[in-house]
Amino acid sequence: MSALILAWAVTGAQLLLGLAMCCATYRLVVGPRAQDRILGLDTLYVNAMLLLVTFGIRAGSSLYFEAALIIGLLGFVATVALAKFLMRGEVIE
Amino acid sequence: MSMASELPAWAALPAAILVLLGAAVTLIGSVGLLRLGTFYARVHAPTLGTTFGMGCILAASALCFSVLEGKLVIHEILIAAFVTLTTPVTLMLLARASLYRDRTEGNRDVPGSDDVEDLMPPKA
Repeated sequence: MSALILAWAVTGAQLLLGLAMCCATYRLVVGPRAQDRILGLDTLYVNAMLLLVTFGIRAGSSLYFEAALIIGLLGFVATVALAKFLMRGEVIE
Repeated sequence: MSMASELPAWAALPAAILVLLGAAVTLIGSVGLLRLGTFYARVHAPTLGTTFGMGCILAASALCFSVLEGKLVIHEILIAAFVTLTTPVTLMLLARASLYRDRTEGNRDVPGSDDVEDLMPPKA
């Protein structure tokens, strides 16, 4: 019984996170300005990271945790580089 | 579904609630990103939503792995600390970049650089 509850909860959480990724993707594609797109991309990678964590809960494997950690690290660097590009026109001066 | 079937009920119920709550809060933040009107309003919604949602989901993950392995497993704290530290930095950098662009375009919705001292980055 309890296993069934957790399984359905994880499935529902994955559906909600998928909807959240759809919202972020809409903002990424439609814009209207460059900073909106970057904000959408930032939200998209955090949501994808959380989705990987829920897959890890479902499977009971720590491999998903490591993938989520790498997404978190690289996504932050990407967002910082894009924000710097918006501000100065180049990343490495 | 190998892991969920081995969890006892006292751990599975809080984990289920935490996972659903975290996903719902994250969805609320992303809907705010979709629906709010201006960029300066939009920038707050996913920042708050993903931070709280991430906390709930990572707590559920730590609870599940701790109960399953019979010892304290808190490597989720790595992700939690990292995202909690970097999300405000992201917000600040994006808002500053957007403010800079609006000012250089002479947009009337934002205060000019004379009104607020020393917020403009040096011109490249």
